[in-house]
Amino acid sequence: MATQKLSSLLSVSTTSASLRSLGRHFSWGRGINRFSTSVAIEEPITPPVQIDHTQLLIDGKFVDAASGKTFPTLDPRTGEVIAHVSEGDSEDVNRAVSAARKAFDEGPWPKMTPYERSRILFRFADLLEKHNDEVAALETWDNGKPYEQAANVEIPMVIRLFRYYAGWADKIHGLTVPADGPYHVQTLHEPIGVAGQIVPWNFPLLMYAWKVGPALACGNTIVLKTAEQTPLSAIYVSKLFLEAGLPPGVLNLISGFGPTAGAAICSHMDVDKLAFTGSTNTGKIVLELASKSNLKPVTLELGGKSPIIVCEDADIDLAVEHAHSALFFNQGQCCCAGSRTFVHERVYDEFVEKAKARALKRVVGDPFKKGVEQGPQIDAVQFKKILNYIKSGIESGATLESGGDSVGSKGYYIQPTVFSNVQDDMLIAKDEIFGPVQSILKFQTLDEVIRRANASRYGLAAGVFTKNINTANTLTRALKAGTIWINCYIVFDAAIPFGGYKMSGHGREKGIYSLSNYLQVKAVVTPLENPAWL
Amino acid sequence: MASRRLSSLLSRSLSASGSASLLSFPGRTSGCGRRISRFSTAAEPEDLITPPVQINYTQHLINGQFVDAASGKKFPTHDPRTGEVIAHVAEGDAEDINRAVAAARKAFDEGPWPRMTAYERSRILMRFADLVEKHSDEIAALETWNNGKPYEQAAKSELPLFVRLFYYYAGWADKIHGLTVPADGDYHVQTLHEPIGVAGQIIPWNFPLVMFAWKVGPALACGNTIVLKTAEQTPLTALYVAKLFHEAGLPPGVLNIVSGYGPTAGAALASHMDVDKLAFTGSTATGKIVLELSAKSNLKPVTLELGGKSPFIVCKDADVDKAVELAHFALFFNQGQCCCAGSRTFVHESIYDEFLEKAKARALRRVVGDPFKKGVEQGPQIDPEQFEKILRYIRSGIQSNATLECGGDRLGSKGYFIQPTVFSNVQDDMLIAQDEIFGPVQSILKFKDTDEVIRRANSTRYGLAAGVFTRSLDTANTLSRALRAGTVWVNCFDVFDAAIPFGGYKMSGIGREKGIYSLHNYLQVKAVVTPLKKAAWL
Repeated sequence: MATQKLSSLLSVSTTSASLRSLGRHFSWGRGINRFSTSVAIEEPITPPVQIDHTQLLIDGKFVDAASGKTFPTLDPRTGEVIAHVSEGDSEDVNRAVSAARKAFDEGPWPKMTPYERSRILFRFADLLEKHNDEVAALETWDNGKPYEQAANVEIPMVIRLFRYYAGWADKIHGLTVPADGPYHVQTLHEPIGVAGQIVPWNFPLLMYAWKVGPALACGNTIVLKTAEQTPLSAIYVSKLFLEAGLPPGVLNLISGFGPTAGAAICSHMDVDKLAFTGSTNTGKIVLELASKSNLKPVTLELGGKSPIIVCEDADIDLAVEHAHSALFFNQGQCCCAGSRTFVHERVYDEFVEKAKARALKRVVGDPFKKGVEQGPQIDAVQFKKILNYIKSGIESGATLESGGDSVGSKGYYIQPTVFSNVQDDMLIAKDEIFGPVQSILKFQTLDEVIRRANASRYGLAAGVFTKNINTANTLTRALKAGTIWINCYIVFDAAIPFGGYKMSGHGREKGIYSLSNYLQVKAVVTPLENPAWL
Repeated sequence: MASRRLSSLLSRSLSASGSASLLSFPGRTSGCGRRISRFSTAAEPEDLITPPVQINYTQHLINGQFVDAASGKKFPTHDPRTGEVIAHVAEGDAEDINRAVAAARKAFDEGPWPRMTAYERSRILMRFADLVEKHSDEIAALETWNNGKPYEQAAKSELPLFVRLFYYYAGWADKIHGLTVPADGDYHVQTLHEPIGVAGQIIPWNFPLVMFAWKVGPALACGNTIVLKTAEQTPLTALYVAKLFHEAGLPPGVLNIVSGYGPTAGAALASHMDVDKLAFTGSTATGKIVLELSAKSNLKPVTLELGGKSPFIVCKDADVDKAVELAHFALFFNQGQCCCAGSRTFVHESIYDEFLEKAKARALRRVVGDPFKKGVEQGPQIDPEQFEKILRYIRSGIQSNATLECGGDRLGSKGYFIQPTVFSNVQDDMLIAQDEIFGPVQSILKFKDTDEVIRRANSTRYGLAAGVFTRSLDTANTLSRALRAGTVWVNCFDVFDAAIPFGGYKMSGIGREKGIYSLHNYLQVKAVVTPLKKAAWL
């Protein structure tokens, strides 16, 4: 019930926002302001979960890194160490790849029936459902996202995704193909082999599901590297995968850093396929490493600067709320964040006023607290980067309507920030900020907004708010983006494909389209003797 | 009738081989059996037939106009039979690519092409196919002149296949469907399959027009615009047919053709920030560079069709005569210049000696000569670079102690003719069993059991195609699944068909061309989601 959950989350946050204020003192209107330190004063809530697994998972066993090294993973609420995790590098990747290779070439996985593979995926989803709350707590602890979001939306969606892909495992059909002569032609859709997968820190388990689900459903084996910021939840659930009956070596998990472990996977000569989600800059390096090694095909889900277009006939309250959640959801750390809000000049002032009011009502605080909408940013690097972009917005002459600074003195909290009078050539209108900074731009005509919305190297998603079917149809075709949300935003669903035009990526994840990322097509041709038909 | 044509070509060569004594060159003294021997010089210039075609187009085709290169430069294109210059052709570089991309961009963003109905686009493709069919013999002559491939092959197999491919893709243009998608909530979800935009396409010299069709057909059927760079060895036929495309009603800027070299024009296309998609056919080494340029520029998605070292497995229960003929054809077809050439012939030990004797006899009967001559099976190699490279591989085979059964040297003293060469006792670790030679050099290897041959056949970085010869259904099924290759031909080889997907596993490439699979190379998927009010069903 993924899409339903998301819309229910939205209505929860709408109501809770007016109910709670958390004792924050606002001082809007001046330049850069500070929230009072409600976040810092209160003691962080102790997460209701234990950390039992911090090692690498290779060939069905939890093992230390070959080097013996570990790295700390931090609580974004405080910057304090949660746990020390095994730090994988190229030697660990080599071991993981050879386990995955063996599991693919000799092991039972691709030789099982699809129904057997499917059953293991279903069993895993059931186990995960049983541990939903613990896994959600771990996700929030390591990532800083609101616990309600993790527990009520994200983990259920992970479960939903694995059930979706479990259902695909026994429905992967090749084709029989008409030929111009007496030949019998068929295509086999085969697993590719060892899939290397690199997932980001903003939705650690959801991205795990987007990657692992289709790869396993199609019969591949996997070496997956988690983000160094958020290694914990993937280790936990991979343990459940083994309990569900996944054979050793089918799913290997490496914690570690991009330039070491990540690069080793990308360059590995025995990895047959690569899927990466992360920044466009890193995606370019990933593809380059694939091209310089063995030409493994690469799926990329990269950055975005997605436009939200609010037409003059839009339901303004609906648009304000959706534009708000489109940007601020997950602390603004979404590749498809609606980070350029284009509003028609006739409704611009009203929209800005309401958007500002909505941002001011946004509940920021300890993500384990009920009703909190926004936790801390992921780490110090992102935190500083976002604050630099806010400074850049102010310096370039955009109007700071609200927010503009960090919250508290501990952890990586940032005020929900709204800029109006943003111009297309400002840095905040061009770069992916990946934080709680909404940029509101003004437009006059449809042709103009199409041109401006498309004048970006990115093309991940777009939002359109209008009541007019012709406007909706025009914009839907004209916008160069992989997803168009009309009168809604961030509606995710296992069956809806997601991916980018232009420099937002290659390929589509989720839905029927995701399967081809993990399948090779083999044409098999034999001559026909005395065919009854051609 | 593509696969029929190919098989009829095959039966022609089968029967031709039966009357080999009639068709082979007078005066050819085959010195096989000794080490490196020389054929006599049957392919001397006095024998050469003058091609029945004029060269009218040598400029770039940009925005519907034939134009000189921005630099004014030209490069010579040669007759592989003699090495002599056929024509001087405009030499494109980055500036010409910029102009061509700007034209293609405009034709996509503003022009009529993506705004026409799919039926209108389809009609233009069909009209083009008809025009090519009308000029088939001239175009085939130009192809042979520039490439050296037998005229009969060009005229009776490749040009009809070209026409067939455009009819195939014309039929796809109005059948590109998106999906409506079930959601878990009150949402109406649909996907649109949209053209990507400006497609950059780089094609090789071995099948200049067939590769043109593989690239241009799906890109246009899906509504994209194109900048296509031909191989510097074979620029002529693409210009000829692109002219016909405009006669068929293709709007200006939709298909732009630039002649030139890889490091200049090709690299400019691969690096261009305004090219939305790239398709390349050529060597694996160049393919890696192409993908790297894409990664370093704008991440345009790339389709690659690269090299191969395809195994041809003859099991002990195979029809040996048929296997010999098809293994011969699999390797020597098109002077051995096929990415899917069956260049590792694995033969079961129980029939190895019989197979070898017959394969050698077949190679000795192969008719090499002026490709314009009737009955000729093999013309010259494409150019001196390939010619020298192939001769080096032959030397390497001899030095690594493979047994040279026949051939082994050039033929004649002019042009780039090479004797059909067969090596036996080839071992897996020899260079001739590992590298793509891209010439008329057959390597025959011995195997004992199925597991062994699967392992050996798969132990290569390539995975383009494979041939399997057996009468056993179980053996065929086992090998079909186990071989890591994009095409498995069972009891046949080189059966091409518009509907059969083609492409590589491993370092033989990324993606599939032809068939329904080729369409998504030229489409972007856009998901469109709206909330549903009062939905009658979900």
